[in-house]
Amino acid sequence: MAEAKSTRGARIERPLSPHLQIYSPLINMTMSILHRITGAALYFGSLLLAWWLVAAASGPGYFAFVNDIMGSLLGRLVLLGFTWALINHALGGIRHFIWDTGRGFDLKTIDLLSWGTALLGIATTLAIWAFTGQLGILVAKATALFH
Amino acid sequence: MTTENKRMRTPLKKARYLGSAKEGADHFWKQRVTAVANLVLTGFLVWLVVSLIGADYATVKATIGRPLVALPLILLAVSAAIHMRLGMQVIIEDYVHGEGKKIVYLMLNTFFAILVGASIVFAVLKLSFGA
Repeated sequence: MAEAKSTRGARIERPLSPHLQIYSPLINMTMSILHRITGAALYFGSLLLAWWLVAAASGPGYFAFVNDIMGSLLGRLVLLGFTWALINHALGGIRHFIWDTGRGFDLKTIDLLSWGTALLGIATTLAIWAFTGQLGILVAKATALFH
Repeated sequence: MTTENKRMRTPLKKARYLGSAKEGADHFWKQRVTAVANLVLTGFLVWLVVSLIGADYATVKATIGRPLVALPLILLAVSAAIHMRLGMQVIIEDYVHGEGKKIVYLMLNTFFAILVGASIVFAVLKLSFGA
């Protein structure tokens, strides 16, 4: 690549555009990259849904085998993450729909929408797991490890 | 005569509105349409999975085989497969720089999305019509 040099051959000191490491993390940056990360996680997580349905289509034996894996502590942790990724990505999508209309680009609203996505995502995930009794089972299984 | 006519250019490109990539807002629009569908259909999926917690095999099979359960599941499989293929395509285009490598990844992306989508559709159809 050609380098700009002064007439004496010394490199010219140019101001560099600040990159990711320079900025202190802001909530909208965090939620932006989380939207992509949760999207990618759901991409591979879709295999879990396909696996579960194919297992059900395969017969009771294999279905029980897959259900046991998904019902283990590790399986439940993955499913908790799956739930959160799904809801966080869905809420992030709604945020983007609002921005698609050209609204909500002032700093205050950006922060509000970003924090809203973050907090509502966690709250909804925990609410679903608590409401169905699965959060209690997960905690019980996790604490059983230490007894 | 205007300069536009001298260059033998017609306003056709403006009428087509496809831009230099020849696909216009196609990617953007499909992403949004499937996103709306996914919002509704994943809401249904969450409800379905919650209602099947602790259910035995016969109940799971009978429930998923019901038309009003099987149909939205199949719609979700199609909509989600398109949506996730488009999303992963952007990620690949952003982070994979070698042209050959990029083409391979984009192809694998399409295969993966179709594989997941077709697996779900097949499983649901088997649970609906299979013995």
